[in-house]
Amino acid sequence: MLVLVVDSSTPAVTAALVEVSADGVASRAHRCTVDARAHGELLAPQVDAVLADADARPRDLTAIVAGLGPGPFTGLRVGLVTAATMGQVLGIPTYGVCSLDAIGYPAAAGEPVLAASDARRKELYWAVYDGAGQRLVGPEVSTPAVAGARARELGALVAVGDGAHRYAEVLDLPVRVEPRYPDATVLAMLAAERIRAGAPGERLTPLYLRRPDAVAATGRKPVLP
Amino acid sequence: MADEPLILGIETSCDETGVGIVRGHTLLADALASSVEEHARFGGVVPEVASRAHLEAIVPTMQRALTEAGVTLADIDAIAVTSGPGLAGALLVGVAAAKGYALAAEKPVYGVNHLAAHVAVDTLEHGPLPEPAIALLVSGGHSSLLLVDDLARGVTPLGATIDDAAGEAFDKVARLLGLPFPGGPPIDREARAGDAASIAFPRGLTAAKDLAAHRYDFSFSGLKTAVARWVEARQRAGEPVPVADVAASFQEAVCDVLTSKALAACRAQGIETLVIGGGVAANSRLRALAEQRAEKYGIRVRVPRPKLCTDNGAMVAALGSHLVAAGVAPSRLDLPADSALPLTTVSV
Ligand SMILES: [Zn+2]
Repeated sequence: MLVLVVDSSTPAVTAALVEVSADGVASRAHRCTVDARAHGELLAPQVDAVLADADARPRDLTAIVAGLGPGPFTGLRVGLVTAATMGQVLGIPTYGVCSLDAIGYPAAAGEPVLAASDARRKELYWAVYDGAGQRLVGPEVSTPAVAGARARELGALVAVGDGAHRYAEVLDLPVRVEPRYPDATVLAMLAAERIRAGAPGERLTPLYLRRPDAVAATGRKPVLP
Repeated sequence: MADEPLILGIETSCDETGVGIVRGHTLLADALASSVEEHARFGGVVPEVASRAHLEAIVPTMQRALTEAGVTLADIDAIAVTSGPGLAGALLVGVAAAKGYALAAEKPVYGVNHLAAHVAVDTLEHGPLPEPAIALLVSGGHSSLLLVDDLARGVTPLGATIDDAAGEAFDKVARLLGLPFPGGPPIDREARAGDAASIAFPRGLTAAKDLAAHRYDFSFSGLKTAVARWVEARQRAGEPVPVADVAASFQEAVCDVLTSKALAACRAQGIETLVIGGGVAANSRLRALAEQRAEKYGIRVRVPRPKLCTDNGAMVAALGSHLVAAGVAPSRLDLPADSALPLTTVSV
């Protein structure tokens, strides 16, 4: 079954085609560009490119998997709206996966890990995974100091992800180089059971974790002195 | 007529998620979801709230439009979307959606200018637009006077507000008078019971010295302050505020400036058609005054019905249809959302 995977929760804008079969998930085509400011420009051409690379057409798709974040909102929405609209046209299910899981799951080789991405404003989006890659805590958003302390409390011995690179010193954990961004094949693997079962698709709701910045209108300032 | 192309339009530049479907100049569907109520307590549109609402609304709004038009996405010939100007994050949801629809349905996508779409929508109501025409576009986000010589390829800006948009002045004055947001409809309503000549509020940029540099520009900030001063002086004196009179006098000042400058532009250029669009075009006094004044000079005023004046998907579909008919090339898939898209760019 040919499945499109998109993730735009980090500066790595990702589109991939994977083949989901009874025994596994194999990558067919993959495009990734790291640019925190151009998600809207980059994603659609990359989807087009992976289809061309795999010599496939949109109607060949069986399902779409999208990283739900958490991530900076504006970029994150690009991936989700792309997945949702394509799914609507093609009449195929869309499945969401927490983007941090696609960093933490492949990194947890027997020992607990902290997976973190940059939340801007000097904060991190993060989650902690056990040695088998199951999420123990998160996703949450907090300062790197708080994330590091919580992860160490939970027994994490290592940190991964772009956010961990950025705040390695404050986290006070050794940082592993890879995976740095959500891995598209892993996103598909984490949805593979639902894809194989033909489970009903879900509405793709971003993991925002923060309220919108909105200042309520206050009393008007008089103009007369 | 049935072989004219079927065009879909998507609009998300502010707080309305709009999906419109047209065939030629015929409107088949105009579905709208609005987040206006979520913004009301903030007294203005909150960009992140609008962006979140667009993401939630786009798929169901599309479904409603398709059902209303009795067509499927496979029947569509091209997809048009507002690529600017507007709120950056809000535009991006619509642009990404349009690309998703275009990619999956294997159809071309046109990124179009929101303001040109406000002009194009009138073709759905009054047929092809004689060119050249003058367009007055007034809403909470924009106040512009344009020369439309070729709606498919470029319009010429003549003037614009140098401070607040006209609709913004309505919102601020409404708040001052204790009326709800958005302020246009309640002020229009209150004004009907008021005396428009009771208070002489200023007409911005109409004095001879201002006209030299700002012949077709607008300014509503001074008017808004003048209304605030007048109301506060009343309140400080412990006198009641005659809401209807203030609303009528304020509205008269706005409509007087808008119509006199728009008609001056028509006369200066020898143009016989004036199109009015944008949310403020729904104001009853603006329509009446424009028609009354235009008649004297033999100028025809075209104002679409109120639902088509405010932001909607039909206007984007109408412009898309015009572009397709004119043989304009579609946009590329890396088309950006541009919050400051210039008026001279009709399609990206
Ligand atoms: Zn508008």
